[in-house]
Amino acid sequence: MERRVFAYSVVSTGSFDDVGVVSTEIKRDLEEAGVERETVRRVAVICFEAEMNLALYTERGGNIEVVVEPEKVVIYVEDDGPGIEDVEKAMQPGYSTAPLWVHELGFGAGMGLPNMKENSDFFELTSEVGKGTKIHSVVFRRRENAA
Amino acid sequence: MRLKEVVERLGLEVLAQGDPDKEVNWAYTSDLLSDVMAGAQPGDLWLTIQRHMNIVAVAKLRDLAGVVLAKGIKPAQEVVGKAQEEGVALMVSDRPLFELCGELYQLLRGRG
Ligand SMILES: Nc1ncnc2c1ncn2[C@@H]1O[C@H](COP(=O)(O)OP(=O)(O)OP(=O)(O)O)[C@@H](O)[C@H]1O
Ligand SMILES: [Mg+2]
Repeated sequence: MERRVFAYSVVSTGSFDDVGVVSTEIKRDLEEAGVERETVRRVAVICFEAEMNLALYTERGGNIEVVVEPEKVVIYVEDDGPGIEDVEKAMQPGYSTAPLWVHELGFGAGMGLPNMKENSDFFELTSEVGKGTKIHSVVFRRRENAA
Repeated sequence: MRLKEVVERLGLEVLAQGDPDKEVNWAYTSDLLSDVMAGAQPGDLWLTIQRHMNIVAVAKLRDLAGVVLAKGIKPAQEVVGKAQEEGVALMVSDRPLFELCGELYQLLRGRG
């Protein structure tokens, strides 16, 4: 399989009804590209959590790029939102600044970033307050699990 | 145990059919999406009182066997429509979550 690049933009609409639309599309695209099931699952979790955070914490949304290579899938997420002051704290399971009312919609477990890291073989988050947040994640493909 | 059998044994009302022949491996209970993303395994049935639209995407992305809304919680028509469109099984029950979980646990452990 040759290298393939998929690019998506997540628009933050203020309503959370659309959350998951982009990650569902990513899942479909990777399946169609012949990526094995287990890898698709891990990428899907990473992208869903990224999408939720873009919808919840940024005013305008952001971009997700997924690069499929023979040995790995690389995910880049980028936004120009408020940024994260204490990244180490944000990475802790259970830490969330989500307002209480969004708990009713299912957000705010403080598990999003830990989930992304858990499903990545490489994970790096860089953020600057007032500028935005960038995530670079790599998922190694495991061929023995080929679907 | 297949989904259609679980539906019958627990007396669930089906709003979106999904794949009735899908094997239900185990189950997971939570109302927070990221927690389900982390904890639920492919083939799990998800029991919850979370009715928001996002449940369909989570079930789809995680390859779950389906979603059961307990306690008489009714999803909006758009949620049902989305589940039908995505082929995600969506069921409801008037019974409390605890009772459904207890009974399903017995069923899946083969002691029902
Ligand atoms: N793109 C982002 N821009 C600004 N802040 C962010 C961004 N992503 C995460 N955060 C901050 O990091 C915290 C932890 O994020 P994480 O995704 O782990 O949990 P959560 O979104 O609060 O809850 P969950 O993901 O479980 O629904 C958030 O509460 C928020 O304060
Ligand atoms: Mg999150």
